[in-house]
Amino acid sequence: MAGSQWELPPELCCRPMAFVALTGLDVVYNAVHRAIWDAFCANRRADRVPISFKVLPGDHEYPKCRTKRTSYEWYIPKGILKTGWMNKHLNLVPALVVLFYELDWDDPQWKEKQSECATKVEIVRTSLQGRNTKVAVVLIQKKTPLPPGEDLVASERASSLCNACDLSGKSLFVLPHTDHLVGYIIRLENAFYEHAQTYYYTEIRRVKSHKEFLNKTTHQLLFVRHQFKIAFFSELKQDTQNALKYYRTAYSLVHELRAHETNMLEIKTMAGFINYKICRLCFQHNTPLDAIAQFRKHIDLCKKKIGSAELAFEHAAWMSKQFQSFGELFDEAIKLGLTAIQTQNPGFYYQQAACYSQERKQLAQQLCQAGASYPSPDPLDTQSGGLDFYGQRPWRQGHQSIDPPDAEKEKTGILALQIKERDVPHSVTLLVVRTSTGCFHTCRLSCFSKISDICVCYTIRLLDYVMCDYRTERWWGLLTAILTTALRCAYLMASVKDYIIYCMELLGRGKQTRLSVTHHLSTSGRIDESSLFDFNEVPDAEPECDPSSVSAARSLWNDRVALSGSNEFTIEVQDYIPFIQCKAKFFSPSFHVDQPIQLQVFLRADCPHPVTLNKLAVSLSNQEYNQWCVVESSGQESMSLIPGKTKCYNFSFVAKTEDVGKKIEVSVSVMLGSDRGRCVFLSWRGAGGDAASNHEALQASRSSRRWGRGMETRPELDWDNLIMQHSTMIISRVPKISVQLSHQPPALNNEMYCISLTVQSQEEGVAKEVKLTAGLKPGQDANLGQTTHVTLDGSKVCDDTAPALLPDVPLGDLKPGEKLERCVYVRCVSTGPRVFLFHVAYSIDTTVEGRQIVCKCHKDETATIETVVPFEVSVKFVSTKFEPLDRVAVDIPFLLMTDILSSSPWPLVLASSSLQLLTMTSNTPQLQSQLQEVVLQTGECASECFCLRCPPLTSSNNTVATGQYLISWRSADSPLIQTTVTLPHVILESVPLYIHADLPSFGRVRESLPVRYHIENRTALVQEVEMAVEPSDAFMFSGLKQVRLRILPGSEQQMLYNYYPLMAGYQTLPQLNISLPRCPTTNTHTLRRFLPQRIFVKPQGRQLDDASIAAA
Amino acid sequence: MAVCIAVIAKENYPLYIRSVPTQNELKFHYTVHTSLDVVEEKISAVGKSLGDQRELYLGLLYPTEDYKMFRKLHNSFTDVMCNPFHNPGDTIQSKAFDGIVSGMMVQTG
Repeated sequence: MAGSQWELPPELCCRPMAFVALTGLDVVYNAVHRAIWDAFCANRRADRVPISFKVLPGDHEYPKCRTKRTSYEWYIPKGILKTGWMNKHLNLVPALVVLFYELDWDDPQWKEKQSECATKVEIVRTSLQGRNTKVAVVLIQKKTPLPPGEDLVASERASSLCNACDLSGKSLFVLPHTDHLVGYIIRLENAFYEHAQTYYYTEIRRVKSHKEFLNKTTHQLLFVRHQFKIAFFSELKQDTQNALKYYRTAYSLVHELRAHETNMLEIKTMAGFINYKICRLCFQHNTPLDAIAQFRKHIDLCKKKIGSAELAFEHAAWMSKQFQSFGELFDEAIKLGLTAIQTQNPGFYYQQAACYSQERKQLAQQLCQAGASYPSPDPLDTQSGGLDFYGQRPWRQGHQSIDPPDAEKEKTGILALQIKERDVPHSVTLLVVRTSTGCFHTCRLSCFSKISDICVCYTIRLLDYVMCDYRTERWWGLLTAILTTALRCAYLMASVKDYIIYCMELLGRGKQTRLSVTHHLSTSGRIDESSLFDFNEVPDAEPECDPSSVSAARSLWNDRVALSGSNEFTIEVQDYIPFIQCKAKFFSPSFHVDQPIQLQVFLRADCPHPVTLNKLAVSLSNQEYNQWCVVESSGQESMSLIPGKTKCYNFSFVAKTEDVGKKIEVSVSVMLGSDRGRCVFLSWRGAGGDAASNHEALQASRSSRRWGRGMETRPELDWDNLIMQHSTMIISRVPKISVQLSHQPPALNNEMYCISLTVQSQEEGVAKEVKLTAGLKPGQDANLGQTTHVTLDGSKVCDDTAPALLPDVPLGDLKPGEKLERCVYVRCVSTGPRVFLFHVAYSIDTTVEGRQIVCKCHKDETATIETVVPFEVSVKFVSTKFEPLDRVAVDIPFLLMTDILSSSPWPLVLASSSLQLLTMTSNTPQLQSQLQEVVLQTGECASECFCLRCPPLTSSNNTVATGQYLISWRSADSPLIQTTVTLPHVILESVPLYIHADLPSFGRVRESLPVRYHIENRTALVQEVEMAVEPSDAFMFSGLKQVRLRILPGSEQQMLYNYYPLMAGYQTLPQLNISLPRCPTTNTHTLRRFLPQRIFVKPQGRQLDDASIAAA
Repeated sequence: MAVCIAVIAKENYPLYIRSVPTQNELKFHYTVHTSLDVVEEKISAVGKSLGDQRELYLGLLYPTEDYKMFRKLHNSFTDVMCNPFHNPGDTIQSKAFDGIVSGMMVQTG
C-alpha cells in the first residue's frame, strides 16, 4: 500500500484514553450484563472520564511481557519505535482488568462462590504475568446494599473475599443492579480511572528508571523511544502538560540522532509523529502560536533531509503529508472555536501540501523509469507482512549501520519503490488536497495553477471560482495560466460549453499580452476563430494531457458530438472576457414617436485572426422590434471582424404608438457557428460590456478627461470613447399648435374668474379629436382641490359640485390654421396661489418612413393665478349715543355698524346687503339696503348702520349669536356673487332700572325746553328711587328738584321738567342724580349712560327788523 | 537582491510586475498575489492605530525584503505618477522605472 504508507497511523492520531478491560460479563446472553455494559459504553459524553472499555473473556490472553532486562550493556537497539507499541498500549494491554462476578453477601453458597471468584482472579493474574496491570473485582448483587458499617455480614465477607483473592479493599466493588444503574456505573468508572492513573504513573516511573542504564553512544535510539513512551503514557494518564514536555524532549532527541541515508526515513517518520503530537497538544491547550512555531521549526529542520536521491519523491510525499496533517489539525481547532487570521489559516498548509504533492509527482516522473520490471522476489515483502519499526526499509529491518548491508538488495528495493511510486495515482492525492483547500477561499490560493489530468466536475467549478477572483482583480498572467488548465479540464471532461468559454477567454483581451498562448492555440489548428465554433468534430487534444485520459476524453467527445440536441450554447458574457467586444448605442436618449429610432452596434474583435459572425441580433424590450435589428451573413457578404478594427452596424426602426412613454432597452447577441451545426450565442446584457470593460471605461474616461481636446480631432472611431446608451425613451410627437391663455390676475375670492384660451393649429393636416383638459394642475396641495371649481359656464355662479379639473372636453376638429377660443371659469373659494393646467390633446395622421401612423400629440400650458379677497367687512356694536359697547343691555335699542373695505384692484359693485338676524329684532322697519348699487373703488369703504334690540332671553346663557350679514356683489360684468359674513356674538346684560328721556332735538335760548324722563323698573321688586337735579349755569328749570318715589315692578314713572336755556351752543344738560337704595350696584353713573348729556341750544331768534337790514 | 518586483494598484491589480529568471514568472505572480492578503491585513492593522499614518513601508511580508529597496522603488514610482502623461491606473510603462527595477533585480549574468 504505497499510497497509505504516508498516512499517519490511526493510533497516533487518536486521543489516547486509559484502557480498562472488563471480564466476566456475558453481554450476549445475560440481560443484566448487557445492561451493565451498555451503561459503560453508551452515551459517553465529555463529562465522563476518558476510558476506553473493552469486554474480554475471563481467560483472555494478554500480550506477553518480555523478561525484564537487567542490563543494557550489550543491547543494541534496532529501531526507534516498534510499530505495534502504541496500539499495544491503547488496545491490548489494559491498565486495569475488572472481573465482574455475581455474588450477594447472603448467598447460600458463599464459600463455593468465593473460591470460584478467587480462581478467576488468579487466571487473570497469570495471563498478566510481569505486567503492573491492576485487577479489581466487582460483585453484581441483586439487593440494594445497606449503608456501610450496618451490614456486619457484608463487611466480614468482603474482607474474607479480599483475602481469598489477594485484593486490597479498594479493589473490591459492589454493583447492585437496581434502578440507579448509571449512577453506580459512573461511580465505578471514576474509581477505575484512579486505578488506571496509578498504573500509568508506575509505567512512567518504570520507563524512566531505564535511563540510568543507557549510554549516549549505543543507545541514542532508546533515548528517543523512552521519551516518546513516557509522553505517550502521560497522555494516557491525561497529563497533557507533561506529555507535551516529554514529546518536546523526544523531538529534540530525534534531531540529535546521527542521520545518514539509511535511517533518514526512520528519523523523519518519528520526527513527523512527534511533531504531530506536539502540534496537536498545543492546539488542544489553545496555544496555536506554539503549534505554528513548532511546525515551522519542524519544517526548517526536515526540509533538507531528503535522504536517498533515488527516492526523493518520498521526501516530497512526506513533506506534503506533514503540511496536510498540520492543516487538518488547524482546521480541527478552527471547528472547535479557534479563529484563524488571513495570514495564518489552514489553507496555507493545504496549499503547501499540494505544492509538495506536485513536486512528488514531478520527481516520480523523473526518477521512475518506465521500462523496468518489478523485481522478484519482492524486496518489500516481509515475513510478518508489516514492519517492526516505524520508518524502516522492509529489506533491511533493524539495521542501524551507516552503509546498507547488501548493495544489491538495496538496489532492488529502491527499484521496487520506484515502480510502486509510478503506479500511484498522483492526481487523486492532489485532488484530495485541493478539495479541502476549496473551503478556504478567504485567502488567495494558488495551488490551482497545477492540475492533474484526471479531473472531476467540481475541479472546474473550483477553478471557475478562482478565475472569477483573478478576473476581477485583473491578474491576467494568473488568469491565463488557470484558463489553460481549465481548458484542459474541460477538454478531458468533454464539457462543450466550458470548453468554448475557456477558448473564448483565452483568445480575448483578458490575457496578458501572452501571445505565446494564443499563438499556440491558433497554430495548433484547433482554434481558428472563424471555425472555432463550427465544430462538428472533436477538437484536438490539449498538450500536456495524459495519453490514456486523452483517449477516454476523445470517446466522450464523440458521444457529445453525436448527440443531436444541445447544439446551441448561450454564453452570458458579463462574467467573462470574450474576444469580441460589443457596444450598443441609441442615437439619442429619447426619440419622438414620429422619428425613426436609430441604433448603432459596434463590434470589435481582440483575437489575432479575423472572426466571421453568422448573425448579429439585437433584442429590445419590446420583442416586436427585434425583427428590424438583425443582420445575418448571407452567401456573398460574410460578416467578419478584423482584429483591432471596430465595425459598426446601424439599425433603424419605427416605434409603435403604444410605446409612447415607455423605455426601450437593448441587449445584443452574436451568433457564431452555423444554424446547421453547433452555434454559440454570445449575449451581452444591456448595451455591452463584460467582466473587464468597466475598468477600461474608467481608465478611458480618465485619460480622455485629460486629453479631451485632442480626442475630438481624431478621425478614427475610438473604441474607448464610445459611450454606450443602452436605453431610449419614446416620447410623443412635438405638437404643432399654439395654446394661449389670456386672463387678468388676480382672481377674487369666490369670483367666477374667466380665463380665455386660444388654440391655433399650425399642423399641415387636420387635428382630430381636439380635447381640452383644464383645471387645477394635479400634485398641488390636496385642499386646493376642494376649494377650486372649474366650469365652462360663466353665466351663473357654479356650486361646490363643480370639479377642480375638467377632463377631456371635446373641442372638435381643427383644420390647418384654424383658431379656436374657449373660456374657462374658475371659482376659488380660498385665497392663495394656484397652478392651472390647460392640456390640449389631439391626434393626427402622419407618415414616418412610408408608414402611416396616427400620432397623439398634446400641448400643455400652465398659469399660476393668485386669489385675493375682494373686500373686508368689519362690524361693531355701538349704543344709540354711538359709544362702543362691549355688552348689550336687554331690550334696549343699540346700533350695529358694518364697514365694507374694498381691497380689489377692480371696482366692486355692491348690489344689495341684508341682515339675517337670529335672536335680535330690528328696532326699525327694514328698509332698502343703504348700499344698493354702490360702486367701491380700491381702498374705498361702504358703511351701513342698523338699529337693533335684543329681547329678554329665556335661557341663562348671556352670549347670543347675532346672525349673518349678506352682501351681493359683482365685479365688472360677472354674475352676482353673494358673500355671507357671520356677525360676532354679543354679551347680554340686564339692567334693573331703565331711564330714558324725551326731549326735543334742540333748544332755543330763553324758550322753554320740556324734558320728560321715563323711569322703568325692570325688576320683580318694588324699587325706591331718589332723584335730584343738579343746578346748571346754562339752564334754569322748573320741576321737582329732589324727589323720592317708589316704582312697582314692571311699571314706569314719568318725570317732567321744564328747562329754560340761558346760553347758546352745545350745553350740558342739568345732571340728574338717581340712586336706588335697594339696588346698590346700579347708581347714577350706570344709569347716566342712557341719558343724553348735551343739547344744542340755538341763539334767540332776532325779530326781523327791516330798518336794521336797511341800515346794513 | 530581488527576484521579483511588483507594483499593485489599490484595487489589487498589478500595475507593474517583473521578475528574473523569467521561466518561473508564474510562480512569482502567484506569490505576489497571495501576499496581497498579508498586505490587506497590515493595512487594516495600520488603520486601527492612527499613530503612524505617514509610514508607507508596511514592513516585511516575508522576511526577504529590504527597506532601502522600498524607498528607492517608491521614489521611482512617485516619479512615474508625477509624469503628466501617465494615466493613474494604467500599467506602468516607463524606461526609468524599468531601469531602477533592473538595478534592484538579481544580476543573472
